[in-house]
Amino acid sequence: MVDMTIPEEQVVTGTIEDAIDKLKQRFPKDVSDDDRQGYSGVIISSDKLQEAARYIKDELGFDYLSNATAVDYLGEGVHSEDHLEMVYHAFRTTGGSALVFKAQTDRTNATLPSVTPVWRGADFQEREAYDLMGIKFEGHPNLQRILLWEGFNGYPLRKDWKEAYYEEDHKPFGSRWPAGHVHRAEEKSVFGKNVNYPADIDLSRLNDVSESTMYKAFGMGVDTEHVVDHNGVQTDQLIVNMGPHHPSTHGVFRMIMEIDGETVTKLEPVMGYLHRNHEKIGERNTFLHNIPFTDRLDYISSMGNNHGYVMAVEQLLALGAKYNPPTYRAEVIRVLMVELTRIVNHLWAIGFWLNDLGAFFTPVLYFVQERERILDFFEATAGSRMMCNYMRFGGVFADIPERIHSVSNLINDRVRDFDTMKFLTEMINERIPRSIDEVDEYLTQNDIVQARGMGVGYLSRENAIDYSAAGPVLRGSGVAYDVRKSDPYSIYPELDFDMVVETEGDMYARYLVRLGEMRESLRILKQLLPRLEYTHGESVTENNSAYSSKVPIGEAYGRVENGKGELGFYVVSAGDKRAAANPWRYHVRAPSFINLTPLGLMSTGGKVADVVAILGSIDIVLGETDR
Amino acid sequence: MNGVGFAKGMWVTLRHFLETYVDDVRYGFRKYAPDLDNFETRQGVDAQGAFTVQYPDEKVAVPERFRFVPFLVVENYDHEERPGKDWCTSCGICAKVCPPQCIWIVRSNDPETGRPVPEPEAFFIDIDICMNCGFCAEFCPFDAIKMDHDYELASYDRTTNHIFDKDKLSKEFRYWNTIAPTRAVEEAEARGGWEHKDVQKEARRGGSTRDKKADAARAEKREAVRARKEAAAAPKAEAPAAEAAPAKEEPAAEAPWNDDEEQKRKRREAALRRKAARAAKRAEDGDS
Repeated sequence: MVDMTIPEEQVVTGTIEDAIDKLKQRFPKDVSDDDRQGYSGVIISSDKLQEAARYIKDELGFDYLSNATAVDYLGEGVHSEDHLEMVYHAFRTTGGSALVFKAQTDRTNATLPSVTPVWRGADFQEREAYDLMGIKFEGHPNLQRILLWEGFNGYPLRKDWKEAYYEEDHKPFGSRWPAGHVHRAEEKSVFGKNVNYPADIDLSRLNDVSESTMYKAFGMGVDTEHVVDHNGVQTDQLIVNMGPHHPSTHGVFRMIMEIDGETVTKLEPVMGYLHRNHEKIGERNTFLHNIPFTDRLDYISSMGNNHGYVMAVEQLLALGAKYNPPTYRAEVIRVLMVELTRIVNHLWAIGFWLNDLGAFFTPVLYFVQERERILDFFEATAGSRMMCNYMRFGGVFADIPERIHSVSNLINDRVRDFDTMKFLTEMINERIPRSIDEVDEYLTQNDIVQARGMGVGYLSRENAIDYSAAGPVLRGSGVAYDVRKSDPYSIYPELDFDMVVETEGDMYARYLVRLGEMRESLRILKQLLPRLEYTHGESVTENNSAYSSKVPIGEAYGRVENGKGELGFYVVSAGDKRAAANPWRYHVRAPSFINLTPLGLMSTGGKVADVVAILGSIDIVLGETDR
Repeated sequence: MNGVGFAKGMWVTLRHFLETYVDDVRYGFRKYAPDLDNFETRQGVDAQGAFTVQYPDEKVAVPERFRFVPFLVVENYDHEERPGKDWCTSCGICAKVCPPQCIWIVRSNDPETGRPVPEPEAFFIDIDICMNCGFCAEFCPFDAIKMDHDYELASYDRTTNHIFDKDKLSKEFRYWNTIAPTRAVEEAEARGGWEHKDVQKEARRGGSTRDKKADAARAEKREAVRARKEAAAAPKAEAPAAEAAPAKEEPAAEAPWNDDEEQKRKRREAALRRKAARAAKRAEDGDS
């Protein structure tokens, strides 16, 4: 482990209450407690927002803006307010819980000052709020739609916006039972078979914006007149689009690069090609319905997604529902699953990063062999290899089975029968350590990996914090911040493991962090095995018999350290009679999305071939980026 | 480093390559032969080297909890009292708990009284929308809807074949026992017997009172069933209460679940013979 080098004078400590008191003393008129039922933090008046944000960052030490999102209070239900509200969760990188502050604005002319000058990490998040909620941020350097296209009609996350195939505000839909005469949604939709528009549809709203407008907005341009001479090699300034259909982008992701010869002078990520408005779907769903939907975010590590979401809702349930917190065994099993997922995620990340470096699929397939064993265990326990849908409010779906058992029948022509604990023990004590050592042996000293990885994709410590990077990207830049240690949850406080930090801030450092984290995960898993033994027989499913959980009024932000970084879920329950089982607001703080904020910074000055690898070293999954 | 790391990396690649063939030698180049029992080893934690399952000629074994598009449990077609009866009571919980809302249920009503009858008139699942989450099976209070193991549902035209109706969804209870024997036993223990929850409640209550007409109908049915039973199985005189206890040897695991009338008749006769034999055995045990 590397020695932490935080200058003494920068370290600000003290409780959240102290910080709030100081903030209120500094801005007596403009800061007030958020005293709504089940809410926490402060409300800052919008004209002082930027000044207060700077004070919160510089004086109070909340240097890491984890989450910024908007909520639409429509003046319905228990909330009589009628306004849009921006919610910020700021943390100290030295650890501790969140300072939550909010700013409110009118729905008709929604404008707020941008906090981007204070935390650059707010960049994409504010663009998202502008895109989906229609809040204009004054002072934002590049306020454009990010997930939808320019010219999209309306702001879909507003509560009064209705999507195509709209049926009802909340699930369950009344048409399904008791008179559920089936129809296919596409047959009833006004759009019919996509090409025959009814006369009353205004086609002009589907206007397209030409690409050059977009380049202009990003401040990019083609310049073939002005020839630059690099030691005898003459280059032009060009724009190159990489993606959305490009194998190196790990999905449908697009990077617009302004290049000077081979050198990248500017890079802007363009995303949203896989956007399905996960959050809108989540607000139509009941709280329970959302669990399988979270699987589809970062589909490599669905167990971790489940964990973050159920933790957020459990915080709300603890406010007063009839609810028992998960048993000890349930927590042990959750951590077991999540750590196995982390190993899968890091194997995958390293493997595909090597793909990007040119080691085409040989390493990935070695790692996939190990991943298969873990997925076999997931399948036998949760029922599915990737879409695990395993965790429930107050527990997990089911205890791990006695045996990993496949029976012979007309569908299975092969059978299997292993003792689960034996399988796990052997996997954790022998098989995975062996293969991680192999990864180490295979790659760490490899000349190509070192030559391509060292010093490329550099992100400084200050920038990593400022841009709200998370996970291995943050820790690879020398910031000792891991939610499992810094703001512990579940049974992590009693487990013995180290945070893996590297100070170099390049791709190679991120690789080393991932490698180290797999070893630390194994340390945790080894400690879990005896815990699984002695909690054997304890219930894990006590609370999941209710199919519609009524969730008390309030807000909650649940976050976990997922393989890709901090995954947060911001959930608001409005708790009015009509929608007690449905979240009023459901927001995902997606590490794959926010980690892309510094992509342009890391790539500028590098070569085109490095951009591919830098993207690989951030490790994104488009299901989570685009949501 | 002068290529040391490079050589090390190539050595790992070579080792993987060799390991694959070491196994081939060990299994005498017959590792794909379906009759060999080496599959279990090759799919376990001890496996080494690459092992490709030759789908669709062979398939990876799916565990009991594996979930795919659900099916509806109906009573075995050779069941003595309620052959082919839906376990579903059309309570609608699965439709409510379904995240993508792909379940559609038409509840049946008594044509005379207009009251709801606890069985579905129609039941649809749009398999294009189903996300295989398993909530319907998890929250069904009657164990009437279960996740299937049959994942080969692709077809050439999604618009005509992908809404499954009750006929297509219904599978015998026996089928559930063959794909998930361990869980079937656990569930039967939780229900208190192999039979449907309502049947057991009925048995415990001994026929109750809510609706006189229904009561009369039930009594009539019971009478008919009793008569039929007496006619069919003469030695059956002892302890019908033992029926409720989960008997692990009861489901015939190898029996198919969908076959023609002739087969059904044969199986029904076999079931009756087995039942008679059991009753005789119980009588014998009781004596000794």
